Amino acid sequence: MMFACIHGPSGTLPEIAAGFSPAFEQTAPDTIVFRVDGLQRLHGSPRQIAQAIARQAGDEINVAIAETTDAAIIAARNFPGVTVSPDLNDLDVATLPLTEEMTQVFESWGIYTLDQLAQLPQNGIAERFGPHGVYLQQLARGAIHRPLKIFQPETTYDDRIELDHPVSLLEPLLFLIARLLNDQCARLLSNAMAANEVVIRLELEDRTEHIRTLHLPVPMRESKSLLKLLQMDLEAHPPQAPTVALALSLKPVHPRTVQTGIFLPVTPAPDKLELTLARIRGIVGENNVGVPELLNTHHPHPFLLVKTQPAIASHQQPATSHQGFRYFRPPLPATVELDRNRPLRITASGIHGRVLKAAGPWRTSGDWWTTTVWNRDEWDVALTNNALYRIFREPADRWFIEGSYD
Amino acid sequence: MNPNAARVTTLGLCPDAQIRECLPTGIASLDALAGGFPRGAIAEILGPESSGRTTLLHSLLAASTAHLEICAYVDTDDSFDPVSAAAAGVALSQLVWIRCGHNAGHALKAADSLLHAGGFGVIVLDLCQVTPRISNSIPISYWYRFRRAIENTPTILALAEKEPLARSCASLMLELQRKKIAWRGAPGFELLRGVELEAASRKPVRPSTAAFKARSLE
Repeated sequence: MMFACIHGPSGTLPEIAAGFSPAFEQTAPDTIVFRVDGLQRLHGSPRQIAQAIARQAGDEINVAIAETTDAAIIAARNFPGVTVSPDLNDLDVATLPLTEEMTQVFESWGIYTLDQLAQLPQNGIAERFGPHGVYLQQLARGAIHRPLKIFQPETTYDDRIELDHPVSLLEPLLFLIARLLNDQCARLLSNAMAANEVVIRLELEDRTEHIRTLHLPVPMRESKSLLKLLQMDLEAHPPQAPTVALALSLKPVHPRTVQTGIFLPVTPAPDKLELTLARIRGIVGENNVGVPELLNTHHPHPFLLVKTQPAIASHQQPATSHQGFRYFRPPLPATVELDRNRPLRITASGIHGRVLKAAGPWRTSGDWWTTTVWNRDEWDVALTNNALYRIFREPADRWFIEGSYD
Repeated sequence: MNPNAARVTTLGLCPDAQIRECLPTGIASLDALAGGFPRGAIAEILGPESSGRTTLLHSLLAASTAHLEICAYVDTDDSFDPVSAAAAGVALSQLVWIRCGHNAGHALKAADSLLHAGGFGVIVLDLCQVTPRISNSIPISYWYRFRRAIENTPTILALAEKEPLARSCASLMLELQRKKIAWRGAPGFELLRGVELEAASRKPVRPSTAAFKARSLE
């Protein structure tokens, strides 16, 4: 095999390399290497190939042709002009990517050239410097044969349509979005990628823009699922004027890979679950669907509803028979009769009774350094209606029933 | 051999009498009474306020999440308490919480979407605080639709309510009541220690009951 390397300050190196081979590796901004085996029938001998490349590249660019990738790279970086089948033996050992320690040790050993390094015993190098030392020695011997890491230009997944007539209804707009989505999802699939963000930009007749962004909890590339999500989002947040142009942009990421097990229980498919949750969000509200998350605080409501997908917990807690609690949201305002500062009778909407037994008060307060200060006395009370409640009193002597033990 | 023998035997089997896989709740006495919650079926948990319905739901969710399943809690009246659920062993990261803002219609639609999406271990439809006027107005076709959606799947639809709603569509009906509240400490300085609860199986009918205790959060 023959490899050519071009090295120089030119910003047009990829174009020059693409003129000779569609598959090339850009090892650094100023260095490109590619195979030239197939060019012999077109240009002739390796030297003629190198001269053809040099004519294309210009005077400032070094061209080297060698039997291995790394030999070609080292030659192009160290020999000016055109070099074919270079003799690297006399090159300074500092041309290799040495560590500071290696440089000092080689100097103390009197190793100055690649040839000297190549002739050292491999076991000794491995003992002294480890795998990196062995790799450098293999480089010096020209014994590393590796495949090229093919340069891939950055692919964008954007598309835009200008409409002949303004569209005010969502349904015809969705046909156009579906067309864009189908094309982009096919490109994602062909590049083994998925999207975790979809941005739809509607240019409206009143010269404003309506931009909606979907942040997907799991990477997706099924156009039907994405279209349904966009449809539900646009139904919830419709544009305020007819659309004259639309642009779609997908943010590419690597698709999610999951190792499933034959004995693991079935869980909802992520894309289907996201569709289901989006549908439910359309019914109950955007912020009312998610996964509960506990907060590290003594606040009476130490939890959040996080808008994300459920995931299998890494650590499972042992199940215990703890008493459940049910909140009344919002808390029920109550009238509480007291006897020596202990609740005697409670009256609230739908709840009234004499207190059979009460435990409390449990005084809690916090966040006094913020505007959301809380301060209250809690009681657990058993009423004559056969129920067990948690009530609390705020500093302004207002009583509430927070919920019931159930 | 009588050719009708097989037919007679088949007709003699009630659809609900088929052997279903069950999910034990982890409460030994209750599992001994009912054999756990049948998968692919509707289970009703009945009882008045403070009778232990939520405690039992948390135990069921904890058992399901311990089996690495994803669960959902359709919270009709925004009453779910993640703290007591986590204390009972529910892995909250495996739970989808849907707050329906006191709207039973939304809760039924949300439950319908979840059931048809599939893949869940337990879906709880909490109707405990729904008034009888609203609960009695729920069309019975909903329950047939729900039963149809989950049969032949491992999903359990657990309904928590005051009075039976799914009735013939449910494969398990547990009625709970509170027997005793346990306090500790001297009079005037008591602490709530927990409650003693009792469950009776109304469907299938069992003559015995199951007693179990629930500790309060420290």
